Formats: sequence, C-alpha cells, structure tokens
Amino acid sequence: MKLTLRVWRQKNARADGAMATYEVDGVSPDMSFLEMLDVLNERLALDGEDPVAFDHDCREGICGACSLVINGDAHGPERTTTCQLHMRSFRDGDTIDVEPWRAAAFPVVKDLVVDRSALDRIIQAGGYVTAPTGSAPEAHATPVPKPVADQAFEHAECIGCGACVAACPNGAAMLFTSAKVNHLNVLPQGAPERETRVLDMVAQMDGEGFGGCTLTGECATACPKGIPLTSITRMNREWLRATRKASDR
Amino acid sequence: MAVSGLVMLLYLVVHMIGNLEIYFGAGEFNAYAHWLRTVGEPFMHDEWTLWLVRVVLVAAVVAHAVSAYQLSRRDIRARPTPYVHRRRRASYATRTMRWGGIILGLFVVWHLLDLTTGTVHAGGFQPGHPYQNVVDTFSTWYGDVVYIVAMLALGLHVRHGFWSAAQTLGVGSGARDRALKTVADVLALLLTAGFIAVPVGVMTGVVSWR
Ligand code: HEM
Ligand code: SF4
Ligand code: FES
Repeated sequence: MKLTLRVWRQKNARADGAMATYEVDGVSPDMSFLEMLDVLNERLALDGEDPVAFDHDCREGICGACSLVINGDAHGPERTTTCQLHMRSFRDGDTIDVEPWRAAAFPVVKDLVVDRSALDRIIQAGGYVTAPTGSAPEAHATPVPKPVADQAFEHAECIGCGACVAACPNGAAMLFTSAKVNHLNVLPQGAPERETRVLDMVAQMDGEGFGGCTLTGECATACPKGIPLTSITRMNREWLRATRKASDR
Repeated sequence: MAVSGLVMLLYLVVHMIGNLEIYFGAGEFNAYAHWLRTVGEPFMHDEWTLWLVRVVLVAAVVAHAVSAYQLSRRDIRARPTPYVHRRRRASYATRTMRWGGIILGLFVVWHLLDLTTGTVHAGGFQPGHPYQNVVDTFSTWYGDVVYIVAMLALGLHVRHGFWSAAQTLGVGSGARDRALKTVADVLALLLTAGFIAVPVGVMTGVVSWR
C-alpha cells in the first residue's frame, strides 16, 4: 500500500505546530497503524530528520498508552486501540490525517504525544481501596455475587487511554472517571470509600480543566473497551447519593 | 440544567394541553384563561397562583440560561485547539442544543411580547380575550412561521434534553435506556404536534373569528 499521511508536528509544548505531509510506501495491510508509523520513522531517521513522536507501550490493546486521532476518530475507524488497528482498515492511496488528543487538560508534549497525567491525578484522588498490603487476601474471604463482579469487570476494562476525552466535543473526562468510580464503588472492597471516592474524583476531574458532560455519547462510541454511556449515569447517581449523605452529616 | 429543564418541561405539557382548548371555541378558551387567573381561590387571592407559577418559571428560565452559559464556557475552554480533520458528530438534536436553546429563549421573549403584553401583537390586542389574540397572530404569515419553527426547535431540544436530564439525575440504566429514549421521543413529538396544532387550526380555518 502507498499512503499519504498528514501528521501534526510540534517541536515542544511551547512551539506552534502544523500538519506535515509524508508519503509512505511499502505498507502491508497486515501492519498495525503504529508499525506503519515505525516505517515512516525509520525513513525519517535515515534521512536525518526528527522521527514523529507518539505514545505506545504494550501494542496489544491493554495498556492504554497509545493514542492518535485518525481522520477525526480517536483510535481510528475501528472500535479498538490504535496499536490494534490494522492497515487493512484503509485503502491503497488513502490520505490519512493523524492528530494528537485535543484537550486543555492534555497539553501536547511533542508531535502526537500529550501529557495525560491529569487522568493519573483523578485516580490518585480516589481510585484506590483501603486494603491491608502484603500478601494477597484469601479469595473467598469477601464473597462477591456474580452480577456485581460482572459490573465491576465491565468498568475495570477501562485502560485509561483518554480516547473518551479526545472524542468528546467538550473535552470531558466523565466516561473515564465514571468507569474508575463504578469499578470500585460496586464492590464490597470499595465500600469504605464509596462516598469520598466519587466526590473527590469528580472534584479532581473538574479541577483539571476538563469540560462538562452534555451526554453527546461520543465518548462511548470511541471507547476501545466499550465502557457504556450509562456508566456516567451511574456515577451521577453515586455522586448525588454521596452529596445527600454528606449533607446529612 | 436538569432540574430547571424538567420544571419548564412540566409547564409546557400543561400549557400545550390548555392551548388545545382553542378547538372548543372562544367561550371555552377565554374561560380557561380566566380560570388561570382565579385558580386556587378562595385560598389564593386573585392571580396569586398565576404569579406563583410565573415566579417559578422565571427562576427556572434564569437558572437554565445561567447554567447553560457556564457549561458552554467551560466546554469551549476545555477544547482550545480544534481538530483539523472534522467530522459530523452526534445526532442533530444533540448538536443543536446550544443554538436551539438560544432560539427558544428569543422565542419566549417574542411570545410574551405578542400574547401576554401585546407589545408586538398584530392587530388590536385585547386583554382578556386570548382567543381573538391567538387568531390574530396566526392570521399573519410571520406569526405562523415564528411559532412553527420554534416548536420544531422545541421538539429537538426536549428530545435530547429529557433523556439527558434523566442521566444527570442518575435515573437511567442499561435496561431502562430504551424506555427513557422512547419517553423523550414521545414527549417531544406530542409537544411539537400539540403546539403546532393551534396555528394549523387557524391556517386551515377550523379555528376562526366566528
Ligand atoms: C523470576 C521470573 C519472573 C518474573 C520476575 C516475572 C515478572 C513478571 C511481571 C513483573 C509481570 C507483570 C505483572 C503485572 O502485569 O503487574 C509478569 C506477568 C506475567 N508473567 Fe511473569 N515473571 C516471571 C516468570 C514468569 C514465568 C515463568 C511465567 C510463565 C510460566 C510467567 C508468566 C507471566 C504471565 C502469563 C504474565 C502476565 C500476567 C497477566 O496477564 O497479568 N512469568 N511477570
Ligand atoms: S473509558 Fe474507554 S476511552 Fe476512556 S480512558 Fe477508559 S478505555 Fe479509554
Ligand atoms: S500500546 Fe498499549 S493499548 Fe495501545
């Protein structure tokens, strides 16, 4: 395959960026999108040019490091991560636009790399349980009913990639935060911090400069892990419950 | 946004049903308008109930507009750099909430100046004779256009708004989602059709002076 790439290039956080055009030849349809970028970078390096910076780690769709808005879609046209997106999803001769996640809370570090530490700080605000550290507890000590475990797992699938923020027209982080809140709030292990968790994580989210939710549903459409939009509804329910309880005290 | 929106929605349902009384003739419609001013008596003094409703409504409108403004500012600030490659996103109703809301706000001002105060009313405005005033308004082409366009905007706004309010208040769930969407669609359709029935009635001559 032969492709034309239009890639966002930006030297550093302070520099102005712009789209740059590259021709990439010899792309196999079996390559992942990141492998295709590797091909481009190899050539750029040989030509003594600065390779295109992008985030990646596991390349198997589980770590949440990769990003990229491809032709206006976070993680590209398929419901998967960019690292698991294959070039067979494109046609020979296509022109592909590649941009970084865009949000005030995700400043560009370089080219396609953005700083997603705002999501880490939301986790730090409440995405934990008070558990004795040390050896793993006996698994049967705390029974969890199967439907509850299923709910927790559904939300636990979130890999923290931030595609929901990138896809949201308001740059909101509601889907990410709700996945993390619900994952722990439905479990008995998460019960001690059930109220403080949702209040603190939402407060941190608001403080990071993410936008507000208008229920457009773009986040759930873009999410590679299929976190449902109703996850946000459940978090709102938890938040209202926690607020009521806090005012009772 | 959710609570103030639902307050206004409740009012609109009542208002729409009340408006349909116009099909039963001038006597009934004007009597209904008179009843609005005396409802609750003798416990409530003349027009007290009406003014109570007005105060609640103004509070809801102001709260809705202020929070919409704050939310929009926050949302615009959260995405300072737009994408180069844009694509059509979300449904039409979802995308038009902001402009649709502004249009509806302007419509409410026009509507009050037209049929409550009579300031911009076409023909001689007669206080206490809403039937005649309504027929006047819908006998002009621009009256029909303004009202019908606004009611279409209302339908779209309610369609996304009602469902969204349910999510904000944490009422929705995976199992209930379809039911909530259906209720939103039915509400939007009934409101739009019910309100538009009045200008259509005048245009077709079913509702007229005589
Ligand atoms: C001294 C030897 C080993 C060390 C230091 C080591 C270390 C690790 C570490 C650090 C991880 C990542 C854990 C995480 O995701 O948090 C890991 C994962 C894993 N290791 Fe090992 N490992 C060792 C031996 C082995 C062996 C012998 C096997 C296979 C029989 C194995 C199978 C795995 C598997 C399957 C995973 C992935 C688990 C998962 O899905 O999370 N490891 N190992
Ligand atoms: S909710 Fe989905 S899109 Fe958002 S961070 Fe988690 S996995 Fe990524
Ligand atoms: S690189 Fe780990 S999810 Fe894509």
